[in-house]
Amino acid sequence: MVDIKNPVESCEVIEAKDLLVKVLEKKKEGLRLSQICAAYTDGKYELSYSFENEENFDFVTLRVYLELEEEIPSVSEILPHAVFYENEMKELYGVNIKMINLDFENKLYRIKTKTPLLPPEERKRIEDARKSIAEAEGGIKEED
Amino acid sequence: MGKRSIIPYGPQHPVLPEPIHLDLVVEDERIIEAIPSIGFVHRGLESLITKKDYNAMVYVVERTCGICSFMHGMTYCEGIEQIMNIEVPGRAMYLRTIWGEMSRIHSHLLWLGLLADGYGFESLFYQTWRIREKVLDIFEATTGGRVIFSVNKVGGCIRDMNQDKLNMILRELDDIEKKVKEIQKTFLFDYSVQSRLKGIGILTKEQVHDLSCVGPFARASGLDMDMRYLGKDAYKDLEFHAITSNDGDCYARCEVRVREIFQSIDLIREAIGKIPDGEIDAPVKGLPNGETFMRVEQPRGEAIYYIKTSGKAFVDRLRIRTPTFANLPGLCETLKGANLADVGLLVLSIDPCISCTER
Repeated sequence: MVDIKNPVESCEVIEAKDLLVKVLEKKKEGLRLSQICAAYTDGKYELSYSFENEENFDFVTLRVYLELEEEIPSVSEILPHAVFYENEMKELYGVNIKMINLDFENKLYRIKTKTPLLPPEERKRIEDARKSIAEAEGGIKEED
Repeated sequence: MGKRSIIPYGPQHPVLPEPIHLDLVVEDERIIEAIPSIGFVHRGLESLITKKDYNAMVYVVERTCGICSFMHGMTYCEGIEQIMNIEVPGRAMYLRTIWGEMSRIHSHLLWLGLLADGYGFESLFYQTWRIREKVLDIFEATTGGRVIFSVNKVGGCIRDMNQDKLNMILRELDDIEKKVKEIQKTFLFDYSVQSRLKGIGILTKEQVHDLSCVGPFARASGLDMDMRYLGKDAYKDLEFHAITSNDGDCYARCEVRVREIFQSIDLIREAIGKIPDGEIDAPVKGLPNGETFMRVEQPRGEAIYYIKTSGKAFVDRLRIRTPTFANLPGLCETLKGANLADVGLLVLSIDPCISCTER
């Protein structure tokens, strides 16, 4: 008979500022990155970073709730292959991810519509919010 | 040190009809780095959750891939069933296992044919795809479709198989097994084939772990990881141990897939011998409310469906992490240090499905 694994599936909500430390911990524990994905829920981003244990198949998800105008650091310095997931989140949802090792500049899927999975009114809101932040910091950064 | 230059490879290239572009940084004919680029066939299937209710989405997700369409439909249904705590009848689980393993045979035969074509062995390609036609015939006889089957629904299956159909599958499997044994000799023992595959694109077990590779691509490097170990569907009742190899080269990837065909044939035989009588679907009440990460071992490797619902007829978020998406970093790693002439084989060795990847 098959040696059935009964994995534990868990989800831990963390702050954006703790992300890199937590991801590093998971890597040190020997877990593999399974997936990263974004969702839009209740006016916020919900980011899921999932890790898997190759021995017992346990599945751990780190969940970050992020305001739309907030930024989050890239984990690609710790897990270089995360770049594809991060580029996907950035292109589909407009998640403000800083310092991606290999940034496709919203051209991973070559979609003409900006942030296609984000409601249009939210798209406008984050553009305005990011513009005001840039203005407050002393210079206007126009997005192309 | 030779002069460095960048060679654009694809999106149209000889080994694969699906578009993937690689920027190959080469020094003479040795690849230093490969930067992949996709996005030529993005279809936005995930965004259709706003237009199709959770039942209708079964037919959308099936169109994620033309090779493992059944497995995509099944993974989605199992995710919704998990959220809704639906207990699927045993017979439906066995039917899903039988069609799922048939899909694996189909996919691996397709890949083997493309591999043979990739190293210029056209007659072997014809022989392999001739066998694959028999698998498609079984699909047509049991589901009515050869590519998209639409036999999954939330709660079970839409079609059943009577004993005559099951006997027909057993007869056809005997024939398929005999024919695969014949081509296996060439794929695994032919000198010229071995000279094209052995020692090419080696990935160690550590690299496969670090890059989070999945499926036969990872198992060929010794990683004993297969989502069938989770014991979903009929796998909890079947004799199963993942097939692995330790060489980590193109030959090992070919060997693992060839051996998995025989394993799938055995699993189908065992499932047909044990399939229980009874209903093929369970009643579905209410609307899904909750979220899940559903992991299933598709022919190309582990697929992860993230499904988020909130008690409405429409799914809030559907994210499909396909095996090829997970294997892209592994592909880039195998290309480092490879000869330009081996790029085609290395791209093929992950069994890429770009339309899956772009959804």
